[in-house]
Amino acid sequence: MSVIQVKNLTKNFGKAHILKGIDLEVTKGEVLGFIGPNGAGKSTTIKVLLGILKATGGEVRIFGKDAWSDAVEIHKKVAYVPGDVNLWPNLTGGEVIDLFLKLNGTKNKARREELIQKFDLDPTKKCRTYSKGNRQKVALVAAFSSDADLYILDEPTSGLDPLMEKVFQECVMDVKRQGKSVLLSSHILSEVEKLCDRVSIIRQGKIIETGSLSELRHLTRTQMLVETKQPIIGLNEIKGIYDLQENEQGLSFQADSEQIDGVIKHISQFGILKFVSSPPTLEDLFMRHYEGSEGTAAGGKH
Amino acid sequence: MAGKLMANTAHLSLFILRLDRIRAPLWLLGLTFFTIVVPIAFSEMYGSQQERDVMAQTMVNPAMTAMVGPGDLENYTLGAMTAHQMLLMTAVVVGLMSILLVSRHTRADEEEGRLEMIRSLPTGRLSYLNSAFIVITGICAVLALINGFGLYALGFESMDLEGSLLYGAALGAAGLFFAGVTAVFAQLTETSRGTVGYSIALLLMAYLIRAITDVTDESLSWLSPLGWVTKAEVYSANNWMPIVLMIVVSALLYALANYLNAIRDLESGFLPSKPGRRYASRFLQSPLGLALRLQKTGTIAWAIGMYVLGASYGSILGDLESFFSNNEMMKQLLQTKEGLTLTEQFIPMLMIVISLMATVPPVMAMNKLCGEEKKERIIHLLGRAVSRTELLGSYLGIAVINGFLMISLAAFGLWSAGTAAIEEGLSFGMIYGAALSYYPAMLVMISAAVSLIGYFPKLTSLIWLYVFYSFVVLYFGSLFRFSDWIGNLSPFGHVPQAPVEEFSIMPLIVLSIISVALSLLGFIGFNKRDIEN
Repeated sequence: MSVIQVKNLTKNFGKAHILKGIDLEVTKGEVLGFIGPNGAGKSTTIKVLLGILKATGGEVRIFGKDAWSDAVEIHKKVAYVPGDVNLWPNLTGGEVIDLFLKLNGTKNKARREELIQKFDLDPTKKCRTYSKGNRQKVALVAAFSSDADLYILDEPTSGLDPLMEKVFQECVMDVKRQGKSVLLSSHILSEVEKLCDRVSIIRQGKIIETGSLSELRHLTRTQMLVETKQPIIGLNEIKGIYDLQENEQGLSFQADSEQIDGVIKHISQFGILKFVSSPPTLEDLFMRHYEGSEGTAAGGKH
Repeated sequence: MAGKLMANTAHLSLFILRLDRIRAPLWLLGLTFFTIVVPIAFSEMYGSQQERDVMAQTMVNPAMTAMVGPGDLENYTLGAMTAHQMLLMTAVVVGLMSILLVSRHTRADEEEGRLEMIRSLPTGRLSYLNSAFIVITGICAVLALINGFGLYALGFESMDLEGSLLYGAALGAAGLFFAGVTAVFAQLTETSRGTVGYSIALLLMAYLIRAITDVTDESLSWLSPLGWVTKAEVYSANNWMPIVLMIVVSALLYALANYLNAIRDLESGFLPSKPGRRYASRFLQSPLGLALRLQKTGTIAWAIGMYVLGASYGSILGDLESFFSNNEMMKQLLQTKEGLTLTEQFIPMLMIVISLMATVPPVMAMNKLCGEEKKERIIHLLGRAVSRTELLGSYLGIAVINGFLMISLAAFGLWSAGTAAIEEGLSFGMIYGAALSYYPAMLVMISAAVSLIGYFPKLTSLIWLYVFYSFVVLYFGSLFRFSDWIGNLSPFGHVPQAPVEEFSIMPLIVLSIISVALSLLGFIGFNKRDIEN
């Protein structure tokens, strides 16, 4: 059963086409990583999901309801954490958390206290005095103590220290165990790799890749380093070998994941002394997509 | 040792001066302009001693004494009149200037971590505080001199050199005093909000104590530093002693601030910063409660202000007849009509001013929603189970009640002070009815703001243009003899001007219908549009 179902979503601001046909799906009990460079349209997509921006075209359904017209009904079961948490300077963190919980219609005091403890937040301080990280904690405590079925998290950990990031990851795994769904937009790829069942990569207003990590790994290359008794010959005649280099440690190259079998068969003829293979990381995937086939990609060039 | 504590003070003073290079001259310019322009206006409006004596007569009542302090009413020369009506008020504004300028360079810089950067450089521990002192002392000195010589340069007979210099010195000394007060509070509190808050509270206390003691027992006014300003009796007795006292006390406050600064850690204070609430009160847990909470302080301040505005108009009603018979411009502004006293004819004109002023706080309350939108805080509400209709409705509800409260308070202030000042008393029904007949026009303004929020969220401040337009065309309409349609473009132009005009209910019903329609449009627009970011 799909919790979020987005089909061919477009969004224009005046003449600027920000979203150009997004397809996105989050099923029940699933954590979907939503990654992409700055300005790709992640936050715009999320704001359409929340009914804060109106879609120009396409269909956006959450729990089977229309994200724009049934927003209030949907939000009773949604917890949202924005990337930039702006709070009211003259309210305390505790007051804001209570207000948020009340607006979602949940009252789980024990969970609230537990999370305040875990995130090490002082709820008696005015929001004016909070750092970015602390403001994020306020939003996270409110989100995870609410009784939601769907968590929409927009770069929720950008201001947290590694310790707090771990607490956050535990929270996500907790709700996942309870069969709830999470849409996690993030820049921290290790986090996405650890938490997400599937990822969707967005670039320039389009989803360019969706799939589980193991599926996506097929799309990328494995880094290999080999040292053999006899010098390897004929390697560059094999399909799917890139970036071949010879150095002191041996021969290093990248191989297409589908071609690994053939590559290993070939090099094993020469008597392997040392063999190091590192799996493709999300970073590799990410970089490969971000740097893009066209020269128009933003940033990330070497 | 002292050299170490004060290292680089001169450099830092120049630096602060540079930071204030626009702010400080603007204050000086504004204050000086009002000081100079008032005696010129007075000399034209009250040229003869006879006219000034009439004015002095209207000043002989406790309400006026409480407001502007005692004056030399026996010998009400142009100078005495200026000092009586202007000096205290200007001194309060100068105090405000000092509070804002000094808090910026003491606790605010410290709170934001800028002072930490400066302290990491080869500067002394007390350098920045004393640089702020040097700059504010310089500003006060310049203020004293240009106001003093400026007044003297006007060349009025009753404004001699000594009196003029004393006038300037009184302003400068008030500035120094509140600079000292602010610097001490900057050591005591941990936030710049606290510093400004406590300092302004002390300024208001000083004004209030002086008001009460001036009316009851003038010798007790020595308790209030603002009492010292009026005790100088500028342009009559020219008493320098209170001003010297003020400067001495300011120096003591400077010393105290230095001492407190020397014995405390950076970014700490002496007043404990009390922790806030751990839980939200039941009141806060809805969009309505949140909006009320965010506007609480502002609403209370406006409510007091509206009452005081009404009361200060009411307090002059008593002597209106004699006052108006001498004022050509006022005669022109008022429409003369048989069978009504001048006071009654004056009421509609007061009501236009009062109702337009009372329109400001509810429109602000409405536009607060846009502020929340721009600061991306609205998203926390709409991202939860809150509908746009409920959100906009909460703000509209608050604005509608706010407007009713404001106009009622102003009318009540006008009536309560007026009935005390006029021998035969004032009819509450007449005053309140005249005020409330403007309420539908106020609702149109609020609803126009709702429409703007619904369709043109970027242009919401246009509503102020409309309020200002209404003020100009209606207040000065009869003076400049504008055609009727110009006034009719404003909702306020359609209100029957009771008690001068015949009261009729029709225009009020039409205005109410228009306001409902505008609000509905706003709701439709707000439910359809993207939230700005």
